[in-house]
Amino acid sequence: MSAVADRIVELTGDAGSGQLLEISMGPHHPSTHGVFRMNVELEGERVMKLKPVFGYLHRNHEKIAENASYLAAMPYTDRLDYMCSMTNNWAYALSVEKLAGIAVPERAEYARVIVAELTRLQNHASLIGFLMQDMGASGTPLMYAFREREKILDLFEQLSGARMMCNYMRFGGVRVDPSPEWLFEVRALVGRFPRFLDEFQQLLMENEILMSRTQGVGVLPRELAVNAGITGPMLRASGVNYDIRKVDGYGIYGRFEFRVPLGEHGDVYDRYMMRVLEMRESVKILEQALKGIPEGPVMDPKARLRGLRPKAGEAYGRIESPKGELGFYLISNGTHEPYRYRVRPPSMINLTVLEDMCLGRSVADIVVTLGSVDIVLGEVDR
Amino acid sequence: MLGEGIVKGLAETARNFFGSYVEKDRLTTVQFPEERLPQAEAARVFPFLVYDTDDMEKGLRCVACKICEVECPPRCITIEKSTEKKPDFTGKPQFYPEKFEIDVSVCMSCQICVEVCPFEAIKMDTAFELSTDDRFGGLRWEKERLAKPNEYYRQIHPMEAAEVDEQLAEKKAKAEEKHAPAAATAEGAATR
Repeated sequence: MSAVADRIVELTGDAGSGQLLEISMGPHHPSTHGVFRMNVELEGERVMKLKPVFGYLHRNHEKIAENASYLAAMPYTDRLDYMCSMTNNWAYALSVEKLAGIAVPERAEYARVIVAELTRLQNHASLIGFLMQDMGASGTPLMYAFREREKILDLFEQLSGARMMCNYMRFGGVRVDPSPEWLFEVRALVGRFPRFLDEFQQLLMENEILMSRTQGVGVLPRELAVNAGITGPMLRASGVNYDIRKVDGYGIYGRFEFRVPLGEHGDVYDRYMMRVLEMRESVKILEQALKGIPEGPVMDPKARLRGLRPKAGEAYGRIESPKGELGFYLISNGTHEPYRYRVRPPSMINLTVLEDMCLGRSVADIVVTLGSVDIVLGEVDR
Repeated sequence: MLGEGIVKGLAETARNFFGSYVEKDRLTTVQFPEERLPQAEAARVFPFLVYDTDDMEKGLRCVACKICEVECPPRCITIEKSTEKKPDFTGKPQFYPEKFEIDVSVCMSCQICVEVCPFEAIKMDTAFELSTDDRFGGLRWEKERLAKPNEYYRQIHPMEAAEVDEQLAEKKAKAEEKHAPAAATAEGAATR
């Protein structure tokens, strides 16, 4: 009993009631973004301990991919982070291309950048919507975000045939050549998007309720963020300048001019602002990519669809997905199936510091903090 | 001033509310079962088998090579090859599928079977209201239910189908060219 009392004093500064209540939040709590469960120990309203429990959506993704051809794993990657299938495709294609030494034609690289940045726009827009939903702004911001997201998903459907499970990229290029009409529509959408961002900012940024609910909540210190391997907007909100688009310059990102927004406090508000600012940068990248897209083939003529047998070896391909560093680690033993296939999911690793961000705060703050991490359970549990 | 941000936000909401009456950009929803948006040409839902001419049994393009069965990521295709051959569209004798089944509940609409098929025999359908109350037989589609005429394919994917038709016509012309001199020499041999 005294140990418990000591911990309460350590975390909150006063003795409180001296009693702990253990509750299970999730796995079907409306604010857990899927089937995520947290075992929370509470003293009154304050969090003393938080233990995330993963695995309710485990689908054997890695083992399935190890027992299928390299191509057959591509549609499964759509289902990892089902909000942004295009970037998942890209990360997997990138690592197989590294493994097998396949080159990608210029036009395909541009097409990849365009779809990836569109994915980032729709992911960040809907994430902000979900975050507001978690705070109790039920509906309005989320619906505005989803309205814009739907326009982008319509473009994905025209291009790849599916709204969310795009299955668009192939080793050595992309599956479908973006038609001039499609590019015209993307240009129109990119032209209209800043207006939506302005309106969205007007709607939310100065809102006093939003500020009091997010500023100083769920603070992630810089050192902890680096040590825990946090990536993506969450890391940059803590003030670490690390964007794989800049660091690796994978694909053709080295050619585009864009800035990496950085936060200062590492709280929920900074993480929210990071998404808003990143959308603006994505629009810049899209404008440059749409201007520069050359004519040409979209598939490497030497790349074959079936029967890919890379030489024995290993490769790790990583990209800056909207949620963070998404990497695929592959080991080939020379057969048509990968010997080892491992996904480095950004949302799972970003989730591991949840306890450090929530300790000593109230239950309502857990919900907001979790919302700002940006998780998709399809990727966390695989 | 406290509350200024909230008022600004509410002004935005009002703009969206009134804007939805005049701007199409702000109101993108339709009343679904009555109103329907046109489907994208690239839309894909579930595969079907293409057949030429009017006779499904004779005109089926599938030659039971089983490539799609092997490449299908969730392995939802089952094919049984025939024992005897039948002539395909160029007149060349080919095997045909005795049994061709796809499990609708397993298929994930990834289109890989379409991409790997060298005979343009399997394509993606765009019909999407496929629910059934029969969870055993009704979800396992047989060859008879999967087969659809080429006209249907032209209807749902006009641009893609035109390309495929062109390719097949070329193939046929080539085969006939090859076949014709052979037939002529055979005729010559017979008269001699």
